[in-house]
Amino acid sequence: MPTNLNVNGTARSYDGDPDMPLLWYLRDDLRLIGTRFGCGAGLCGACTVHVDGQAVRSCQTLMKTLQNKRVMTIEGLSPDGSHPVQRAWTTHNVAQCGYCQSGQIMQATALLQTTPSPSDQDIERAMAGNICRCGTYQRIRAAIKTASKERA
Amino acid sequence: MSVIENVSRRTFIGGIFSAGAFVLAARVLPETAWAQTPVARTRADGALLNPSVYLGIESDGTVFIVTHRSEMGTGIRTTLPMVAADELDADWSRVRIEQGVGDTRYGDQNTDGSRSIRDFYEAFRHAGASARSMLLSAAAAQWNVPVAQLTTANHEVVHQASNRRVGYGQLVAAAAKQPVPKVGELQFKPKTAWKFVGKERSTYDQADILTGKAQFGLDVFRDGMVHAVVERPPVFGGKVRSFDDKAALAVKGVRQTVTIEPLKLPYRFQALGGVAVIADNTWAAMQGRKQLKVQWEDGAHASFESESFKKQMLSTVMKPGKVARNVGNVDAEFAKGGKVLEATYYTPLAAHAAMEPPAAVADFRDGKVTIWGPQQNPQATQDTVSEALGIDKKDVICNVTLLGGGFGRKSKPDFCAEAAILSKKLGKPVKVIWTREDDIRFDYYHTTAAVYQKATVDAKGRPTAWLQRSVFPPIAAMFDEKARNGLGIELGMGLVDMPYDVANIRAENGEAEAHVRIGWFRAVCNNYHAFAAHCFADEMAAAAGRDRVEFLLDLLGPGKILDLKAQGVDYSNYGAPIEKYPVDTRRLRRVLEVAAERSGWAKRKSGGGSGIGIAAHRSFNSYVASVVEVEVDAKGGLKIPKVTQVVDAGVIVNPDRVRAQFEGAATMAVGLARTGEITATGGKINQSNFNTFQVARMTDAPYQTDVHFVDSDALPTGVGEPGVPPVLSALANAIFAATGKRVRELPLSKTKLA
Repeated sequence: MPTNLNVNGTARSYDGDPDMPLLWYLRDDLRLIGTRFGCGAGLCGACTVHVDGQAVRSCQTLMKTLQNKRVMTIEGLSPDGSHPVQRAWTTHNVAQCGYCQSGQIMQATALLQTTPSPSDQDIERAMAGNICRCGTYQRIRAAIKTASKERA
Repeated sequence: MSVIENVSRRTFIGGIFSAGAFVLAARVLPETAWAQTPVARTRADGALLNPSVYLGIESDGTVFIVTHRSEMGTGIRTTLPMVAADELDADWSRVRIEQGVGDTRYGDQNTDGSRSIRDFYEAFRHAGASARSMLLSAAAAQWNVPVAQLTTANHEVVHQASNRRVGYGQLVAAAAKQPVPKVGELQFKPKTAWKFVGKERSTYDQADILTGKAQFGLDVFRDGMVHAVVERPPVFGGKVRSFDDKAALAVKGVRQTVTIEPLKLPYRFQALGGVAVIADNTWAAMQGRKQLKVQWEDGAHASFESESFKKQMLSTVMKPGKVARNVGNVDAEFAKGGKVLEATYYTPLAAHAAMEPPAAVADFRDGKVTIWGPQQNPQATQDTVSEALGIDKKDVICNVTLLGGGFGRKSKPDFCAEAAILSKKLGKPVKVIWTREDDIRFDYYHTTAAVYQKATVDAKGRPTAWLQRSVFPPIAAMFDEKARNGLGIELGMGLVDMPYDVANIRAENGEAEAHVRIGWFRAVCNNYHAFAAHCFADEMAAAAGRDRVEFLLDLLGPGKILDLKAQGVDYSNYGAPIEKYPVDTRRLRRVLEVAAERSGWAKRKSGGGSGIGIAAHRSFNSYVASVVEVEVDAKGGLKIPKVTQVVDAGVIVNPDRVRAQFEGAATMAVGLARTGEITATGGKINQSNFNTFQVARMTDAPYQTDVHFVDSDALPTGVGEPGVPPVLSALANAIFAATGKRVRELPLSKTKLA
C-alpha cells in the first residue's frame, strides 16, 4: 500500500521500501537537499524536519509511519528566507559552513512554536540535540532570542 | 548563489561567447602559479575585460570574481572577492562569485594552513587594481583627459572637473584593449578609502544556506547516477580476502558489488580499497552493505592497541630523541642542580567529524573524469585520481562544492578517488557516500602525542633551562611509511618555536609509528605542543606563586624578533618567508596584555570551583591570547561561562567572519578537550558515531566568547586555526585555578574534576 503524505504543501505518494527513512526520500527521491545527512542515528539533528508541526529527525522517521502526515522541510519554511527565524539567522550571520543550519532552524522554529519566549535553559534543552561542528552555538542562541522578540 | 554549477554548463568555448571577446594573454598571476592551459573556463575568463584569472567584467558591468580556495565555513569565498572588489571600487551587488575548479593556473588551492588570505591577499588586490587601472585608462582616452584627473566611485569612473561619469560596463570594451599594468605600476587604495576590507559583510552564501539551497558534496545528482557505499578494511592497510555478496544483492535496489583494490605504499591520499555496494539510492546501498560478508586480511596494524601504544609513547618520551633546537647548554644547567620541575602531557587520537561526511560524485567518460565534491584541495584530487585511473592530470576535472566543514579532513581526496575508480569500472556516474561511521572509523586522525617538559628554575621561579620532548605518530608516515619522526613543518608547530626567553633550551622529537592514517586537524601539532608548553608555564608560575600574566610577560622577556635560524633551527614558519612574517614576541606580549585587560584579569579571584586561566600562542603567523573562565561543580561538572580571545592577525579583511572563526575555535577546542578521543583495539577503531566520539554541543560550549582584535597594519595572517591551541592550555590552567587539579591528559573525561 502506498504511503500518502504531504511535503511542503504538495501531495505525494510513496510506494518504495516502507522502512526507508524520510531523510532519503526527501533527498534522493524529491531532491530536497536542504535536509542534511549527518549521522543516520538521531544523534546530530542535521536532518530535522517537521512532521505535523513537530520537530523530528528524518533519519529516524520511517516512510511507513507517515501515512497522511504533513512534512515540512527547510524549503517549505519560507523559500525566500523571510521566516522570522531565518531573518534572525541572517541578522546574526550565524552560519559558518552552514551544513547543520537547516536542522538548527527547523528545531528552533519548533521550539518557538511551543515556547515563544524561551529562557536560556529552554533553548539549551531544545537545541542540545543539534550539533554544529563549526561551533556557532552562541549565535544560534542569540538568533533564537532575536526571533522570539520579533514574533512577540 | 551558492549552488555550484556544473562546469560544462559554464564552459565557454573560445569565440562562441561573444564576437568581441578579448582575452588577454598577460594575466595577473600569483607568484606560485605558472602557465598552463586551463581545464575549464569561468565566466571571468569569458568576460570582455579579463585582466586576471580571478576577475572579469562583462559589458553589462557584472563583475565575476573567482574564488579558487574552498569554502568550508571560514567565509573565504566571500572574503577574497571583497579584497578584489575593494581595489576595483566595485558595487558589491554587481559582483558574482564563481568557484574555481582544480587548476594550477590559480596557484596553490590547498585550503589548509590558514593561509588563503596570507598568500592571496596581494593577488586579489592586484586583480582588482589592474581592472580599475585599465578602466581609468580607457576613460582617460575616451574623454581625452589625464588619468590623474580621474577617480572611481561605486562602479563608475568620475571626472570631477567636467562632472562626467561613466559606468564600468560601458568602458570594458575599450579597457580590454589597454595593456594589463605591471604589478609595480599598480596604484592601491589607502586604508582610509577601503569600502569592504575591514568592514562587516554577510557571506555570499548565507541566504542559500538558510533556505536549504546551498549545494554540498552530497547534493550533487547526475543523470544515470548510481549510489555507492564502500565496506573498507577495518584495520588500516588490510585487504579483502574473500566476500559473499548474495544477501547484499538480494536487497531491493542493490545492483551489484565492485571491488576496489587495496592501497599501495606510500599511503598518501589513495582510496583504502574494499568492496563497494552499488544501488539505485543511498538507502538501498546502505542496507546492502549491512548484508555483505567480507573476510579480511588485516595485516601488520592489527597489533595496534591504544592502551599499550600510549604506554610505549610515555616510555619513549622519557628517552633522548632527535634534537630539533638547542640553545645554550640544557644539560650543564640541569647538572648544577637546584629546583627542578617536570611533567608529561598526553593527548589522544581524535577525529575531524565535520558535519558533512565525505561524499563525491564522479563521471568517467571518453578517458576523462569529472568530479564534484567537497574538496579542500582539488589539485590533490587531480593528482590522486590521475594516478588511480592512469589518466593525465588535465583529464581530471574537479568541481569544488561547498564543504560541510573540513578542518583538514577534506584535504585528502581518498573519497573522490573511490568515486572515480567506481565510475570508470561501471561506466556511469557514481556518488560515493560515507556514513558517519565510515567517517569516524576511516579518518586521517589528529595524532596522539606525549610531550615531556623539564625545567630548572631560579629563585623567582623563572626557568634557567628548559627541555621539551614530543613523541607522536607523524603525518610524515603518510608519505613514507617508515617515518617515525615529525617533519620539520610538524615540529615547527609549537615545538621548536616555543617563544619564551630562556637561556638554555632544547627541543627533541622521539619516534612513534603510525598505525592509522594521520592527517592534519585544525591547528595540527600546535594543539599538543601548545597544551604542554603553556600548561607547563602555568605550573612554573604556580610553583613560584606568581600571577600568571605577570609571569608569562616575564617569561617572554622584553620582546624581540626571535631569530630561530641563528639558533640553528630549520623553522618552516608555516611556509611563509620569515623576513615578512617574523616570530615577534612583542606581539605575543601585546595580545597577553590586551587579554588581561579585556577579561578583567586583575580583578578575578580563582578558587572554590571557580577559575580563570590564560595562555598565549603564535601559530599560522598570528598571535592569540585566550582567557578561559570555568565553573566546576561538586560533582565535577564543568561549565565555561566565558572565553576571551585576543587576536593579532595583522590586517583583518572580514571582521565578522574572523570573529566567527575564533568563536568556533573556542568551541572546538573545548569539545576536543572534554571528550575528543579515538582509540583502537586490534587495529580497529572503537568509536563510530556521535554517541561514542562526542563533540561539543550547545550545553558543552562556552556560553560566551568575546573576540578582540589588536589593531594592526601588519600583513594579514591565519585566522582559521590559531584560535584552538591557546584555548586548550587556558582551559586546563583555569581548571587548576578552580580546583587545584592539574590536567595533563586529554580528554578531560579521564580526570575526576571534583
